[in-house]
Amino acid sequence: MSEIAAPRTSASEPDRTLIQRLRDNDLFASFLASKVTVAAGIVTLVLFLAALFAPWVAPTDPFNPATNYLSDSLDPPSFVAGGDPRFLLGTDDQGRDMLSAILYGLRVSLAIGFLSVALGAAIGVSLGLIAGYSGGWIDSAIMRIADVQLTFPAILTALLLDGVAHALLKPTSRDESAFAVLVLAIGLSFWVQYARTVRASTMVEKSRDYVLAARLIGLSHARILFTHILPNVMGPVMVIATINLALAIITEATLSFLGVGLPPTEPSLGTLIRIGQNYLFSGEWWIVAFPSLTLAALVLAVNLLGDWLRDALNPRLR
Amino acid sequence: MTGPLLSVRALRVEFATRKGPLTALDGVSFDIGRGEVLGVVGESGAGKSLTGLAIIGLLDPPGRIAGGEIRLEGERIDNLPPARMRDIRGGRIGVIFQDPLTSLNPLMRIGDQLAETIQAHKAIGRRQAREQALAWLREVGIPSPEKRIDGYPHEFSGGMRQRVVIALALCAEPKLVIADEPTTALDVSVQAQIIALIKNLTRRHRAAVMLITHDMGVIAETADRVAVMYAGRIAEIGEVRELIRDPLHPYTQGLMAAIPTLDIRADRLAQIPGAMPRLSAIPRGCAFAPRCPQVFERCAERPPLIAVGDRGAACWLHESAPAAADARN
Repeated sequence: MSEIAAPRTSASEPDRTLIQRLRDNDLFASFLASKVTVAAGIVTLVLFLAALFAPWVAPTDPFNPATNYLSDSLDPPSFVAGGDPRFLLGTDDQGRDMLSAILYGLRVSLAIGFLSVALGAAIGVSLGLIAGYSGGWIDSAIMRIADVQLTFPAILTALLLDGVAHALLKPTSRDESAFAVLVLAIGLSFWVQYARTVRASTMVEKSRDYVLAARLIGLSHARILFTHILPNVMGPVMVIATINLALAIITEATLSFLGVGLPPTEPSLGTLIRIGQNYLFSGEWWIVAFPSLTLAALVLAVNLLGDWLRDALNPRLR
Repeated sequence: MTGPLLSVRALRVEFATRKGPLTALDGVSFDIGRGEVLGVVGESGAGKSLTGLAIIGLLDPPGRIAGGEIRLEGERIDNLPPARMRDIRGGRIGVIFQDPLTSLNPLMRIGDQLAETIQAHKAIGRRQAREQALAWLREVGIPSPEKRIDGYPHEFSGGMRQRVVIALALCAEPKLVIADEPTTALDVSVQAQIIALIKNLTRRHRAAVMLITHDMGVIAETADRVAVMYAGRIAEIGEVRELIRDPLHPYTQGLMAAIPTLDIRADRLAQIPGAMPRLSAIPRGCAFAPRCPQVFERCAERPPLIAVGDRGAACWLHESAPAAADARN
């Protein structure tokens, strides 16, 4: 989030160190002011790092059939009676280490979350800028499409896109393209929020004198939009993106849980939960419990960060 | 080149509304000579800022130029295609906006904003543009510009920000600067400095100024000539000292009478009775007639700008005056 913080630091004193600048930074100070926010930040950071470095952190490679033995299947966690000390969080029906599967699953969930937010934000921000800046029928056309899409719940849009993609793709290529299809489906179901917010801010910014001045010196519309207006409308976008990251991860988990997401060979947290819930009533609770807890912790932490960012960037609440 | 720098003839600006077009500027004609300072005064809504916007071609729909012509150095600039218009106008007309808070991009370093403007009109590299930006900051009186050039607008005070805005308007070395109420948003203590700065800098760079304000004091100090606007029309235009000493149009006379003076004791300031008509209800004849103390039959007909010596007044009272037609007015 340092890119939002940057303009607030005093650039006219380049001799100060980064740490000194951070200490004087409002955004950073408001982050430290709340214990909940700091805790959420730490949880998010730990989960992000664990996901990023999963191949090095995870005890085993859950997708390598050579290291997984069916004789190890359905072992309870090591801290429970009958647990195997090799598997801290137990194993699933394939004999895969749950901890490793969760770390790899987290990696997939976060990757889909980030990519779909990036896609949704890119589409939404661009269309919002164009709609707000040009006005007239272009504005109407874009916003009416947005209105129509808003009448469908995001999960329904994602399901629909996912279904269409599956119908178009050959059965053999389905599993390989599942990742891309999910990113596309989730990304496209979230662009409306960005477009509406950015359109409103753009309409405010475009009547400012600095935009008139930029028009006067003969800058092209594209240049005005992307170098002058865009940075000034990014504040709310960052807040929406953070909260949408949590939403996107949940949506992916839901889709995977429903069986239209990622295949069991490339499990995300949602896929793990779907596999696990088959064993819930036969007593193997750990297969569903730990991925669910991880998902809940991640989504809660990211949401709390989003709330903090929303308050910290709102000048009226300062 | 001879002839005026800017020549506006019978300019008419309309706004399309649901009830039909609304005429906001009607038959506005004036010239600005090279290096001349023309003050434009009038009440709010008289069309001062609109005239400026029309000249620089930044009228936004539903507003549009419905008639007349604008020439810059003899070249018509009111009917050019947008791309060509940008090339011509950007570098030759600079604008100082009213509110220094909104005329600088809050998320862009001021040095970058200046360099961007300079580079838009000169084929020079980044480093040269930055050097020129630095020189401009020094010229408009920003203390220790080497440090301030990388500052953001919120790190500057209102007066300092307006200095940056002035640098921004002048750095492309325009022939004409339109200053739209450049001191209205500033502290009284800073206003005089800013006015002096605009005056000195434009003189040094040989730029003409169209100074839009409602402050007669600023006009008296700065302008060479004044145009008094009323209800989207020019009521009177002429040399500044003559106009103040001996206003021709009853509206100007009313304005002058309303200025408090130190040497005459008065309990109540003089005022012009009534209010400026709404744009949708401008009287058919002289727009000022309903409020005019000297109204007579002739006022039912719209007066043209009647030449009185070097000056001009849109008032039938001066019809009989010797018609010394002056090309400038």
